[in-house]
Amino acid sequence: MLRVEGLEAAYGDSQVLFGMELAIDHGALVTLMGRNGMGKTTTVRAILGLTPPRAGSVGFEGREIAGWPPHRIARLGIGFVPEGRRIFPRLSVRENLVATARSGEGGGRDWTLDRVLDLFPRLAERIDAMGGQLSGGEQQMLAIGRALMTNPRLLLLDEATEGLAPLIRREIWRSLSRLKREGLAILLIDKHVEPLLDLADRHFVIEKGRCVWQGSSAAFRTAMEEIKRRWLGV
Amino acid sequence: MDLLLLLQQTLNGLQLGVMLFLMAAGLTLIFGIMDLINLAHGSFYMLGAYVTAWLVGLVDAFLPALALALLATAAVGYLVEVTTLRRLYGRDHLYQVLATFGLILFFNEGIKLLFGPQPIFLQPPDWLSGQIPLFGAPYPIIRLAIIAVGLASALLLWWLIGRTRLGMLIRAGADDREMVQALGVDIARLFGAIFALGAALAALAGAMAGPILAVRIGMGEDILILAFVVIVIGGIGSVRGAFVGALLVGLVDTYGRALLPDLLAVFLERTVADAAGASIASMAIYILMALVLAFRPRGLLPARA
Repeated sequence: MLRVEGLEAAYGDSQVLFGMELAIDHGALVTLMGRNGMGKTTTVRAILGLTPPRAGSVGFEGREIAGWPPHRIARLGIGFVPEGRRIFPRLSVRENLVATARSGEGGGRDWTLDRVLDLFPRLAERIDAMGGQLSGGEQQMLAIGRALMTNPRLLLLDEATEGLAPLIRREIWRSLSRLKREGLAILLIDKHVEPLLDLADRHFVIEKGRCVWQGSSAAFRTAMEEIKRRWLGV
Repeated sequence: MDLLLLLQQTLNGLQLGVMLFLMAAGLTLIFGIMDLINLAHGSFYMLGAYVTAWLVGLVDAFLPALALALLATAAVGYLVEVTTLRRLYGRDHLYQVLATFGLILFFNEGIKLLFGPQPIFLQPPDWLSGQIPLFGAPYPIIRLAIIAVGLASALLLWWLIGRTRLGMLIRAGADDREMVQALGVDIARLFGAIFALGAALAALAGAMAGPILAVRIGMGEDILILAFVVIVIGGIGSVRGAFVGALLVGLVDTYGRALLPDLLAVFLERTVADAAGASIASMAIYILMALVLAFRPRGLLPARA
């Protein structure tokens, strides 16, 4: 579904990605791990065209999308849940959900306001609150719901549960497992991956802008201690 | 103080205020959301007045002429955005000032070529000419009509921004442009639409000003400065702020000109009071702006939380 090869990206003079690779199959849940500053967020931004790639290719559903403007990439069916959530603070919960809502590629409208509120009942309780008034957990749910309302085929989640209480974190993960069951492909960046190993299909570890390890959940379990020591520990 | 005079001046102030609001609303949206300083906004005001006057002469029907002029100016605004301003987003404001100042010269010369250097007359329709009794004294119908149209436009804008998808995107885009794009919205088209809307509002103000002021080259620059004062007072990017600021500026300016000479005459000699009153009155809105900037540097109703 998504295939990233030889991806290079930079902010001004400082290059962050040096030939990053990544692949996501239809309906798969894939994690991207690595220490801070290694290029996780830049990988997501480059896929979306927010930080246009300098070199390499980004293929989505057979199309080469490197160099496309962000809105066209998003419209192919890529939903984005950014680091820091970036809820629109002066839009209500309802407005945050419907402002950018659209039917998916091919006209499918699987995700409606009702279904998002069913997935996150807490949002229904706060439907008229302003985005800026929500707690971190509620904002995260809203950010996921906002992305779902664009009816994507692939969801990119950058720091899905950063800074959230354990209870809320588990609620977010539960929602992700439901999304995966419904056939949505997910790229997940999260500091806590062990609870997700059963759910996830494949893992990529990034260091200094390159993929240094990739494999299945089983392979990850086997090599976990070494991966953690070499590439994830602080 | 003569109560009748006060009431009439209040209406005059409101009328100036709503016209300033129509100018300032577009200016503040464009500045607040696109971070673009558009000095040529006054050119849309002038264009609205000229095109309306020209069409009224052609078809002799005011409302259709006005509607066409608004559409034409919106189209010009959209063209200006696509051909010129689109290249200037994200650049230093100095580039924007230079480019849009160039646009002012372009439009002023263009109008001179098409209509000649002399002011032209915009004939209001019969049903807007004349006066009606108000508080026991005659008052021009057209000024009342301007107030009504201005308030109706403010309501329409409030609905558009507060209640429609376009309005949600405008508000969302003001806070986080990149996120709006990343969710699949073509920000260039959104900006084009906002720009065309702003141009149409300025044209509406110009067309309404036409019958009471002269339709002449450079008319847009006078009101542009006032409109900038309005958005600074109201809070840049805030349409509600523009509304409050516009009414405030309209009232302060009108009261100042009408009442200050008389007020000063209470303790000054008449000729001195007239001279001093007139010059203080022309400073009044700038004093107001300085006070607002001193106590509320982000304006009365700032856009961002």
